Amino acid sequence: MAGLRLEGLRKSFGAHEILKGVDLALADGEMLVIVGASGCGKSTLLRLVAGLETPSAGRILIDGRDVTGIDPSARDIAMVFQNYALYPHMSVFDNMAYGLKIRGLPRAEIRAKVDAASALLGLEALLDRKPRQLSGGQRQRVAMGRAIVRDPKLFLFDEPLSNLDAKLRVQMRGEIRRLQRRLKVTSLYVTHDQVEAMTLGDRLLVMHQGVPVQLATPTEVFERPADTYVAGFIGSPAMNLLPGLLGRNGTAVSLDGTEIDLGPRRIPRPDGHRVILGIRPEHVALDPAGAAWPVEVVELLGSEMLVHGRSAAGASLTLRTANGPPPGEAIRVSFPAAHLHVFDEATGLRLEPAG
Amino acid sequence: MRQGLLRLVPHAVMILAILLFAFPIWIAIAGSTQDSAAIARGEISLLPDLSGLGVYREVLVQGSSGAGPVWRALLVSAGMALAIALGKIALSLPSAYAVTFFRFPFRMTAFWLIFLTLMLPVEVRLIPTFQVMSSLDLINSFTGLTIPLIASATATLLFRQTFLAIPDELVEAARMDGAGPLRFLRDIVIPVSGANIAALFVILFVYGWNQYLWPLLVATDPKLDTVVIGIVKMIGVDTATEWNKVMATAVLALIPPVAVVLLMQRWFVKGLTEGDK
Amino acid sequence: MERRTLFPGRMLPALLILPQLVLTLVFFLWPAVQAIRSSLEREDAFGTSTEFVGLDNFADLFGDPLYVAAIGRTAFFCAGVTAVSMGVALLLAVLADGELRGRAFYRTMLIWPYAVAPAMAAVLWVLMFHPQIGLVGAWLNRIGIAWDYKLDGTQAMALVILAAAWKQISYNFIFFLAGLQAIPKTIIEAARIDGSRGVHRFRTIVLPLLMPTVYFLLVVDLVYAAFDTFATVYAVNGGGPGQSTQTLVLKVYLDGIVNANIGSSSAQSVVLMAGVIVLCALQFRFLGRKAVT
Repeated sequence: MAGLRLEGLRKSFGAHEILKGVDLALADGEMLVIVGASGCGKSTLLRLVAGLETPSAGRILIDGRDVTGIDPSARDIAMVFQNYALYPHMSVFDNMAYGLKIRGLPRAEIRAKVDAASALLGLEALLDRKPRQLSGGQRQRVAMGRAIVRDPKLFLFDEPLSNLDAKLRVQMRGEIRRLQRRLKVTSLYVTHDQVEAMTLGDRLLVMHQGVPVQLATPTEVFERPADTYVAGFIGSPAMNLLPGLLGRNGTAVSLDGTEIDLGPRRIPRPDGHRVILGIRPEHVALDPAGAAWPVEVVELLGSEMLVHGRSAAGASLTLRTANGPPPGEAIRVSFPAAHLHVFDEATGLRLEPAG
Repeated sequence: MRQGLLRLVPHAVMILAILLFAFPIWIAIAGSTQDSAAIARGEISLLPDLSGLGVYREVLVQGSSGAGPVWRALLVSAGMALAIALGKIALSLPSAYAVTFFRFPFRMTAFWLIFLTLMLPVEVRLIPTFQVMSSLDLINSFTGLTIPLIASATATLLFRQTFLAIPDELVEAARMDGAGPLRFLRDIVIPVSGANIAALFVILFVYGWNQYLWPLLVATDPKLDTVVIGIVKMIGVDTATEWNKVMATAVLALIPPVAVVLLMQRWFVKGLTEGDK
Repeated sequence: MERRTLFPGRMLPALLILPQLVLTLVFFLWPAVQAIRSSLEREDAFGTSTEFVGLDNFADLFGDPLYVAAIGRTAFFCAGVTAVSMGVALLLAVLADGELRGRAFYRTMLIWPYAVAPAMAAVLWVLMFHPQIGLVGAWLNRIGIAWDYKLDGTQAMALVILAAAWKQISYNFIFFLAGLQAIPKTIIEAARIDGSRGVHRFRTIVLPLLMPTVYFLLVVDLVYAAFDTFATVYAVNGGGPGQSTQTLVLKVYLDGIVNANIGSSSAQSVVLMAGVIVLCALQFRFLGRKAVT
């Protein structure tokens, strides 16, 4: 069991800087999920930790040992790949045993380790099969088994669920979570799926264009997104982001002339400062006394529905409601102060109340 | 009714094509069993004469006028085809592996030098190659017959294509498992490329078996006559040709490469069409 | 195209590539350089000394009506072989594509001539068309057609073209069939819904999608016809009667090996080399660099 520390990690391919300096520390047994859109540098970060790429600058320490220049196989880590990367010509047993054989472990010990891992994953009956005879979920388990038998200090997951169908993904997500808790191996998990990130991680690292934008617990990321990018990326449907002007000495925001009260907080910026007001669709309240938004589309999701409105000025608003909007061409809504987020329009950063 | 007849047209054409394709071979098979004098009079029959099957024993063991026993020529052909096929695979597999899985100085230069050989068939460098052979004292030797044909770009290119198609993640998984380059080659690359190697073997075996100009050039010793060389010699003698023996030899010369292609058809077609393009 | 993941090290790859490289240098590149050098030299009558003559050998070559005639003859031969083998193969492949029952069987029965050596193709066709003993040849004579490819140059040319094309049909067929089967069924279905059918559909939808295969085979067949058929032509008649089937490759052999005219033969080799390079360049152009990189 061990922690992971990254110090000033950078990576450039030619003149193109993929990773612009990452500092990170994982506690022993922690599961950290790196989430971001494709091209944000999350996979590069993982590959640097794995040793499949060499950093342009910075250090990687596993369990306090600097492994920056060390071969992947000597780092005492294991990795689960997106397309599983199972050796197609080897049986399930041989796939799991291959790394141990190379390390020169005695046969009996290999057998014991593989048996233990396959029991853990429910693969006992499949040990003689070839990968092509397995379902997607089973292949995924073999890939996990291959990682587990090595008894590593660190697990790396590279979008391991993205090749599975939606239902299986939910199931495997739960399995990975349980397994990781049980084995208590420090884990780095990369995904572009924010639901996966929210449900799996002890903490999340949201990356955007090669820069870590927020490192926090899932709850924190959801409730207090650090900037408009995180606000828009985490949560589905995405948070409404409405441009407005700060007013009333920093305690209200004016949206196209409608004044929205921010409650007890005061934003320490001059009145007239351009801000983005954020509110999640589920927090927008139907309110007969509120402002009117003409309805564009109503999407029925089953137990609830999404109502998309658009103001005369062109701003769009999504509302999630269980009851359905009152009939008519417009909805009247209000924005409860407790659920409002305020961001600086110029920098995109979250604006916290003064004091 | 018209529809039904129309649907038979493709079958009819295919069967006709098959018969036309097979016709020359059938004549050789049928003719080989018949009396040489009757054939010489132009009285060849389309029906084989089963009592004449002894001719195969005869040509295999004794040979015919103008050529030695066919078993010997078949042996030379088989040795040459196998040496070329296996030699090419043994040579191109590592070289393709080197250019695909490593970065080293002059890598592309080396690759292009090998690639250039595609543009230099034996036919365009006939005399100088002959001179090189004689200065290396390789004329009339089995080595001379095979070694110069073992280097060629085709196999290297095909292997390179195959290797480029191996998913990066498989390489990464193997590296994480601690496999070095040679171990990866042995444990993963070669087994994974099995079908391609088989296909290439078929192509190269046929290529080796079918050589004509090269053996004609470097092996004047009748002991080193391949069966292809031998049969062309046999039809060259126009007087008193033993036609049934010629035809029997032709059939014997065709059996090995045709058998290899048909038996390994599945891999061969796949390897050919996926590799060359 | 490059791989993302590589192995470190320089010595190992150098060792792996070395054997192939050595053979390539000794048996391919060095002789090619020699060919170019001797194409610029001339030996005296006794073979005792050589002198540099610049492009004289080439000037002599293209001034020789026999060589110019051989160029034309070779072009005709190549065009004939390519047209016949591609035409027949395409027809058969189109028939074998589609929902034809027994396709696998037909394919097997059409594939085997791939394995027949060019020299063997000649032997088989001689056995068939020999004016006295050949079933077809003798029959032609009996019905009053004076058939003898050993005397009639036109007949000899027809015979070598057919023998050379016959063998190559298999190869083309394999590729055409693979090319046809690679065309997505949905495209054909879309064309059917658009009302395109039969020859029209083939011409406007199938053929354009098959063009990469056509170009590829065009180059392969031309190279085959120009070089690999040495054995076919040589075995049928040794280039005769007269020079009526003497192609360029045959001429290199006859002039260089049989008549020992090194300078002229080397110049001819260099001309052929240029020919192959042009064909390879064409292939690059048509197929992009896909075949290589």
